[in-house]
Amino acid sequence: MTAQRKMESAIRVHRSGPLALLQDLGRFGVRHLGVTQGGPADLYSWAWANYLAGNPWGTASLEITFGGLQLVSERDLDIAIAGADLGATLDGQPVPLWQRITWKEGQKLAFASPVSGLRAYLSVRGGFAAEPVLGSVATVGREQLGGFDGWGSKLADGDRLAIYSPDGKPAEGMTEAPDDARKDFRESPVLELLPGAQIGEFTGRSLYDAFNTWWRVDDRADRMGVRLLGPKLQCRIRSLISEGISLGGVQVPPDGQPIALLNDRQTIGGYPRLGALSPLSASRLAQCLPGQEVRLVARGSGPVLENYRTFLAGFRS
Amino acid sequence: MTGNPATALPRLESAGLDGWMVRLFEQIDEANLPWITALARHCESAFGDVLVDLVPSYTTLLVVFDPVRLSPTEARQKITGLLVELEPDEHMGTGQVHELPTFYDSSVGPDLGRVAEHTGMTVAEVIDCHSSKTYRVFALGFAPGFAFMGLTDPRLECPRLDTPRKKVPVGSVAIAARQTAAYPTATPGGWNLLGRTSARLFDREREGFSLLRVGDEVRFVSVSREEFERQGGDTTPMEAAG
Repeated sequence: MTAQRKMESAIRVHRSGPLALLQDLGRFGVRHLGVTQGGPADLYSWAWANYLAGNPWGTASLEITFGGLQLVSERDLDIAIAGADLGATLDGQPVPLWQRITWKEGQKLAFASPVSGLRAYLSVRGGFAAEPVLGSVATVGREQLGGFDGWGSKLADGDRLAIYSPDGKPAEGMTEAPDDARKDFRESPVLELLPGAQIGEFTGRSLYDAFNTWWRVDDRADRMGVRLLGPKLQCRIRSLISEGISLGGVQVPPDGQPIALLNDRQTIGGYPRLGALSPLSASRLAQCLPGQEVRLVARGSGPVLENYRTFLAGFRS
Repeated sequence: MTGNPATALPRLESAGLDGWMVRLFEQIDEANLPWITALARHCESAFGDVLVDLVPSYTTLLVVFDPVRLSPTEARQKITGLLVELEPDEHMGTGQVHELPTFYDSSVGPDLGRVAEHTGMTVAEVIDCHSSKTYRVFALGFAPGFAFMGLTDPRLECPRLDTPRKKVPVGSVAIAARQTAAYPTATPGGWNLLGRTSARLFDREREGFSLLRVGDEVRFVSVSREEFERQGGDTTPMEAAG
């Protein structure tokens, strides 16, 4: 990336809310050090927010979980918000999502609480500015890595957020996402699962249950993983020798309730797995509120890969 | 798990859209490491910049690649090709050798007495038993830079605590089952604490931050309180350290 001019104080945090984190694509090439990947829990919405703000792939955005965040701009900014509808307003007026808008100096951008989905992504043209740690600014609180301070801190009241000043050229690309790209996260999603090696170790009844149940999202859900409640799944293996875990891995501890592992999961683990959710299904699950229902469907890698490649091609080129 | 061709080793298992789990062994064994580290090195050169991550562990290597630039089928072929030619790294691997100065004392290793009782040894024998063996790093995980090492002397075998501690101080040296570890950062933890090392296990000044890597050899060297403090060790007792 070319040298960019940093604007030290572009946005002031009036109220930090429960959880707002700086996230770029994540930390890669470091999992063998026990360092997790981090990055946006909903890659899909994060990619749209950046694209609509006119940013290149990989630019750091804010992931706002649940709402409560209030920000005041200290200059005119081009921004886009995608993902969850958290009842965002600009000086009290509802903010349109999934499109580029101007946030004028002095205006207060306030996120309320979930209307649809759980995590909203705020991208500022130019991108948020922070010093990478192990190659990334992705915030992982548990590991004390990344974020604006480099030590994994979430936003706090009174923080002043730096951005890179845009290059001055008008942003290219579309300024509004087409209707079919905007997700309504209130719908109960069907999540694609690529079966893994231990799937044959689950009993026949449990395999039937796994793919024919509306699973309920537990309130024990965070960026490490999402627990699903439903019939108790039984596996002939109780535990494995610990091994690496992929994004979206669906592990089943002895209590029989599956846990889908997301971006901040531990790098290795030892529970048998049904398989792994596709990247876009992991993104979709990250938008589910506790109590929401989801279904699992087994898929081969062919069509899932095709779909994922099509998605990325629109953003990554 | 034996007698069925589908379970023959090594084998590749699907690990999502962007990964293959290479299962090389069934059991934890120090002799696994030179094979796993050799395969990891070969994957690095064969995959080049299409490689995203390699996660070696006790019996496996998870290979993560960019599925846009390489299909799972192509990745599988690459790995299979490497396995056919695979030779173990020489002399148990190319890992580094580390000596971790360790202050074994109940003030910083509050489970010394419990371990002695459980194993039927004296505290001095526990310390001697733990510090007289060279361990190998099987895997990193749980927290950044946290190295699972082993195998400890069978006489030291000890279950985890029933209730994990909320906060284990940085540098704490611990055992559980037949493994040992040193805590690189203050985290919750359920292992038995024997002492504390002054070695900086996770250091932002170091390339890659983590002192230990899979395949490395590690010795815990018993040092006096004075020597421990001279090397920058923190003797704050457990109670005060939280």
